[in-house]
Amino acid sequence: MKEFKVTPIRNGTVIDHIDCGMALKVLRIIGMDGGNVQSPVSILMHVPSKKSGWKDVLKVEDRELDPRQVDKIALIAPRATINIIRDFNVAEKHNVKLPDVVIGKTRCANPNCITNQKEPVEPEFIVEGKNPPILRCVYCDRILENIADNLI
Amino acid sequence: MSFKGTDIVSIRDFSREQIDEILDLADKMIPYARGDKITKALDGKILSCLFFEPSTRTRMSFETAINRLGGRSLDMGTPSMTSIVKGETLADTIRMLEAYSDVIVLRHPHEGAARLAARFSQKPVINAGDGAGQHPTQTLLDLFTMRKQKGNMDGIKVAMVGDLKYGRTVHSLAEALTMFGAELTFIAPPSLQMPKETIKQVEKLGGKPKVKSKLEEVMSDLDVLYVTRIQKERFPDLAEYQKVAGMYRVELDALREAKSNMIIMHPLPRVDEISPEVDATPHAKYFDQAFNGVPVRMALLMLVLGGEL
Ligand SMILES: Nc1ncnc2c1ncn2[C@@H]1O[C@H](COP(=O)(O)OP(=O)(O)OP(=O)(O)O)[C@@H](O)[C@H]1O
Ligand SMILES: [Mg+2]
Ligand SMILES: [Zn+2]
Repeated sequence: MKEFKVTPIRNGTVIDHIDCGMALKVLRIIGMDGGNVQSPVSILMHVPSKKSGWKDVLKVEDRELDPRQVDKIALIAPRATINIIRDFNVAEKHNVKLPDVVIGKTRCANPNCITNQKEPVEPEFIVEGKNPPILRCVYCDRILENIADNLI
Repeated sequence: MSFKGTDIVSIRDFSREQIDEILDLADKMIPYARGDKITKALDGKILSCLFFEPSTRTRMSFETAINRLGGRSLDMGTPSMTSIVKGETLADTIRMLEAYSDVIVLRHPHEGAARLAARFSQKPVINAGDGAGQHPTQTLLDLFTMRKQKGNMDGIKVAMVGDLKYGRTVHSLAEALTMFGAELTFIAPPSLQMPKETIKQVEKLGGKPKVKSKLEEVMSDLDVLYVTRIQKERFPDLAEYQKVAGMYRVELDALREAKSNMIIMHPLPRVDEISPEVDATPHAKYFDQAFNGVPVRMALLMLVLGGEL
């Protein structure tokens, strides 16, 4: 038997193995932090992880998030898994995966970068490493040091 | 590979072979750059200079280059920040300019500007410096000067001295030199030393750079001494600046230890980094280096515009 810190959900999505402290940012990334969210969301912060140390977990009821749409979670939680729950069981499990190029999801931390000057371009980064994520600005060539603080 | 239509944005975009191809052609350009031979290879071609920051040298060197090849240059003046202030985006300025010219040379205060311009322009864009970013034609002329003076860059011992922290051109030069097999020593006060990221990059390329704070320690061993400007603005007060600038100033005395064929380079303009007495020694190559900007830029223009001699 599993011990649930929150009530099991019948249908929905569980995002597991989120880096500790990143749960709220993950919610923001997937656009579920606004007032227009129609499903109950529960957040577990700082729970022990069997794999290593501590983790955060998110549970979204009655919504199956499309794994491809939430891949950008890998920007701040590269180990996260997306579990689709159907009838109380894990029906599908996906590992988040960063694409090779990240466009329009993070801004460049270099204030002098041309992408921060009202030009008609989206910030764009080459992914040089996936775990941990290493992003290099295509324009100014700098490595983005603090991804979580530069999410768009 | 054919360079025709290629943008010259960052030296990192080019392989060793491609850089060699550019430098080989630059060699052939020398008599034309001097005016000893005449060519109309780029007859009818128009270069536009879009400089958002003043830079007399780089701009003049491009203008000389296109003129020596029989082409012409359009000078936007120094729009300085005016068009930026008016609210026109660089993307718009570039799309307007490409309608007037065959190649665009851009100097801009923001990093990444040249990459952006290249994306908006069908015509080739040459980066003449983007903020604290890349300045690939400077890097190429530096490489050209060393190759010309030393015959080969493999195994040559190069010390870079001065402000190694803020000038990205030294960072790209360090990477490029490593690609060509040069052995590097970085000499600077701790506050102006080469950033860790660049050192890591150099190591990734197979280099084993040494980090020192005193020039005397390495002088006798050097083939090339590459001196950069130390800027007053980097220091809390004038006294601190003068102390550091004094420590890294290249004086005649210090050169007694140097190999007879050691060369001294400097991107110019220099302020106090090299004592004027050094100019008369056979070590001083900074004015040759400045001249080399012309054949190197001629070679680039020939390549990106598909000119033939
Ligand atoms: N019905 C449910 N309601 C709420 N959460 C659930 C439900 N079923 C599973 N979970 C949660 O979804 C996550 C994945 O469940 P799973 O049974 O695959 O765990 P696991 O075998 O530990 O997988 P992993 O190796 O990915 O950690 C766990 O955090 C689990 O607590
Ligand atoms: Mg588990
Ligand atoms: Zn940038």
